[in-house]
Amino acid sequence: MTSQAYQDRYEQLLAQDMYSLNTAEKEGALLPVIQALHQHHKLHSPAYSRLVQHYRDQPDTIEDVPFLAVRLFKLFSLSSISDDDVFRVLQSSGTTSQTPAKVILDRITSARQSKALVKIMQNFIGKQRLPLLVIDAPSVLKNKALSARAAGIQGMAFFGRQTVYALNDDMTLNTDALNSFQKLYADQPVLVFGFTFMVWTCFLEALKAQKLSLSLPHGALIHSGGWKKLTDKQVDNPTFKREVTRLTGIPRVHNFYGMAEQVGTVFVECEQGHLHVPEMADILIRDPYSLAVCENKTQGLIQVISSIPTSYPGFSLLTEDVGRVLGQDDCSCGRSGKYFEVLGRLPKTEVRGCSDTQVSV
Amino acid sequence: MTNQEKLTQAFCDALGIGPDQVKDDLQYNTIKEWDSTAHMVLISELENTFDVMLDTDDIIDMSSVAKAKEILAKYDVSF
Ligand SMILES: [Zn+2]
Repeated sequence: MTSQAYQDRYEQLLAQDMYSLNTAEKEGALLPVIQALHQHHKLHSPAYSRLVQHYRDQPDTIEDVPFLAVRLFKLFSLSSISDDDVFRVLQSSGTTSQTPAKVILDRITSARQSKALVKIMQNFIGKQRLPLLVIDAPSVLKNKALSARAAGIQGMAFFGRQTVYALNDDMTLNTDALNSFQKLYADQPVLVFGFTFMVWTCFLEALKAQKLSLSLPHGALIHSGGWKKLTDKQVDNPTFKREVTRLTGIPRVHNFYGMAEQVGTVFVECEQGHLHVPEMADILIRDPYSLAVCENKTQGLIQVISSIPTSYPGFSLLTEDVGRVLGQDDCSCGRSGKYFEVLGRLPKTEVRGCSDTQVSV
Repeated sequence: MTNQEKLTQAFCDALGIGPDQVKDDLQYNTIKEWDSTAHMVLISELENTFDVMLDTDDIIDMSSVAKAKEILAKYDVSF
């Protein structure tokens, strides 16, 4: 059972605009929810309870909140629910060479994930549903084990009115589907969603190779999954955006950062190119050696804190990603709270994107 | 057909379930037929049946048959 105190506070948090509180106010709203989650998992997850046994009873600040290495979710199946309540198990990686993380979800955690994703995204793309072009193959949803990729698409599908898949099952361009999508919707707002690396490789490079281009001048592209493989190809965010606009006419591009272990908790790139922290989550940057919290603008490991999960003890995770906080409460896009950038992955850790991108080159 | 009958029909067509299963307390994700993929089919079925345009808030709030009625009521569909 989820504690009522947690549930009430979480609902309050989610009822607000996601980017209206300043950093101090936001900590006041978020901390009680995180404290309740800490108590909840101590009570329901023996593994979590053991891991934090030397911690004080209750964190007094967000910085004090204990964190687990994200790697633990690859090694162990950490759960705070009984087996009967398992609704689905999310796998963060589909390939055999990598160890997939297993995230145990019950119905209510899964529902919270969908709602949070929608609330956060609404701030960038509005409440209305639009024709949706998914840069993937329809078969991605057919796998029985839910991959992070499928979960991402299912989440974004809530924003779709007519959903069209841009790729065939062999990951080649479905030019007929693209042509008819363009013909129907060139003059109106549309959404395009895909994983960063697949958008580049299976969509933009494929368009270029076939000397094709699209015209979706009222479109917005949302993409996620990490830059690692594109950095290897010397493709940075400005290059990515430029090519999107050149080949598809789409003027608005929003990247988002989020862990497969915390689906729904997403950090979306604003018009200024900054990743913003919504009120139901937080980001801390920690020195990789001392694990002390770094000052703004200093690089370190990214810790992600989410108010969502009650079915598994993954509400505070130390990632293997390197980033830095750029500022707080003063982004010129008008959103309050912290904003940050992701700079890459910690060297020498097992390479793994945030999503299990199928294509490798 | 009454709106209640139309609603029941929309649920049956979208989810592939029998009319006897469409009770007010039937909840999203509690039967395998009403998963997130079927949910989107249901949404467009309801939109077509009642000639309304549902937004993303409506979709995430539509967690049961009773909730579906509540949401449709906002668009002047009465039950
Ligand atoms: Zn901003």
